[in-house]
Amino acid sequence: MSGYSADTRIRWTEWLPWVAAGAFFFLLPEYLSLGARILIFILFALSLDLILGYAGIITLGHSAFFGLGAYTAGIVSTQLAINEPFVQLAAAAAVAALLGVATGAVILRTRALTLLMLTLAITAILLEVANKATWLTGGADGLSGVKVDPILGFFRFDLYGRTAFLYCLIALFLGWWVVRRLIYSPFGAMLTGIRENTTRMHAIGAPVYWRLVLVYTISATMAGIAGALLTQTNQFVGLNVLGLEPSGDILVMLILGGVGRLYGAFIGPVVYLIAQDYLAKQYPEYWYFGIGTLLIAVVLFAPGGILGMVDKLRDKWLSLYKQKSSARASAR
Amino acid sequence: MAFALQTEKLCKSFGALTVAEQIDFRLEPGARHALIGPNGAGKTTFVNMLTGAIAPTSGKIFLNDQEVTRTSQAARVRLGLGRTFQITTLFRSLPVLDNVALAVAERRGDAQRMWRPASAHREIIDESLELLATLGLADDAAAAAQDLPYGKQRLVEVAIALGLRPKVLLLDEPAAGVPSADTEKILRHLEKLSAEIAILIIEHDMDLVFRFAQRITVLVQGQVLVEGPPEEIAADKRVRDVYLGEATHA
Ligand SMILES: Nc1ncnc2c1ncn2[C@@H]1O[C@H](COP(=O)(O)OP(=O)(O)OP(=O)(O)O)[C@@H](O)[C@H]1O
Ligand SMILES: [Mg+2]
Repeated sequence: MSGYSADTRIRWTEWLPWVAAGAFFFLLPEYLSLGARILIFILFALSLDLILGYAGIITLGHSAFFGLGAYTAGIVSTQLAINEPFVQLAAAAAVAALLGVATGAVILRTRALTLLMLTLAITAILLEVANKATWLTGGADGLSGVKVDPILGFFRFDLYGRTAFLYCLIALFLGWWVVRRLIYSPFGAMLTGIRENTTRMHAIGAPVYWRLVLVYTISATMAGIAGALLTQTNQFVGLNVLGLEPSGDILVMLILGGVGRLYGAFIGPVVYLIAQDYLAKQYPEYWYFGIGTLLIAVVLFAPGGILGMVDKLRDKWLSLYKQKSSARASAR
Repeated sequence: MAFALQTEKLCKSFGALTVAEQIDFRLEPGARHALIGPNGAGKTTFVNMLTGAIAPTSGKIFLNDQEVTRTSQAARVRLGLGRTFQITTLFRSLPVLDNVALAVAERRGDAQRMWRPASAHREIIDESLELLATLGLADDAAAAAQDLPYGKQRLVEVAIALGLRPKVLLLDEPAAGVPSADTEKILRHLEKLSAEIAILIIEHDMDLVFRFAQRITVLVQGQVLVEGPPEEIAADKRVRDVYLGEATHA
């Protein structure tokens, strides 16, 4: 719960993801590349939560920024021979931000279904461009030969994915910190206001459209950085970063975890990608069936996602506990 | 002399339906002015045009002598125009405090601050709490707006508008749907508002109108039928025919 009545202190549960990530690093060294992938998608989901969960912008095109960031980081290396990781990240962030402003300024005047279709159209167009511009993107074969220098000139991307994991973890930590700041700030409260009642926001003098463009751009930038991280850790970019599919995937991950709850963006990708890694390898034919069933169950029975369910159970348990202890107190 | 608010030949049609026809309207600074008329007369539409929520088909609107006909809603609010809604329009799931604080933050120009937590902005919170206290809502600040009794929700409507420190306040049926005991309470709060605010109130409750307003405009089918002080309106035969008659057997 953000806003003017919120308690903004960091609760102990908020450290759990970082403790879990640390434990993962030491206990599961053979899964570090999957781990880095999860961290990247958490960052991506976090950027989506900012616009969908807080500002209420509904989109099926968030992969446009993720994919553009991914390709930009790669192309900076293959075409310009710039292999400095932070320069690649900055380039991806800047290009994604530009696309965010440019498309946001056009489509955020619309709402609901029109908006949904426009966001989808933009990422579909980018997919087609990436597919056709073979000389630049490698087309359907993907963009290989991406090089990334050691981080700070020292930490080489190693075969085991240790550097990649820690690199992504630090990026995610910074992203989380920024998003957490944003949503608890007056700006975040204002976004919640737009989501809750746009008519009222207009009537209290908020330039709603500009505010939406602003948050859309911030979110696009973050998604672009997430995409660049994917390129840098894989040293490859494929067409699967653009279009409806990755947009849908990230949306499903966020819905699974819980929309507008900050940590739903953490839980969703963990559950989804681990299940995918396990199921899709062993039972590829059941994978989408499984995830579809899970999604239906969540949407029908736990509209707040997995995290919403956890919150509900905890509240129930707490009230039971209180009842019991007060009953015990009165029995005495 | 500058009028707080003025319209010139304001017209609005929805397709074939004309809901505002050549409305020339003036609101004096500090006015207590009522706009009355039967259901569907075009009162809410008139307010929506004044705030910029909908565009007039033709005509002009002035705020304090400045033309605002094509100005955005946000800019009109910055020029001192506040409103409440006939149909309660709150941030339903947010605490009452946040409902008001969002407006206060917009007015102060703090709504785009991105770093310090909202709950650490004491200046915004204190001002909001103070405002809630003057409306008798001090104890409800932490409750979700949707959990308040309806009469109090109508007061939160007013509180949000007051958070903008308006020079002109448009109240669209502030007591709509409220039980009569609460109507009295709302009226008493409205009577306490600063004399510097020019108020235009739309209301169906004639008792309330005649107690509150110093001037009354009667709107019928998008046209101003008559305007004048309450005594004149009460005595006007045409008004009785089209409006007061209807209201008594409605
Ligand atoms: N967006 C719209 N499109 C078409 N017709 C509309 C629209 N808004 C209002 N109307 C019509 O315009 C007329 C005036 O409506 P308005 O809400 O302004 O009346 P009102 O005087 O506020 O009535 P009430 O006392 O019931 O609130 C009504 O006939 C209504 O149906
Ligand atoms: Mg009305």
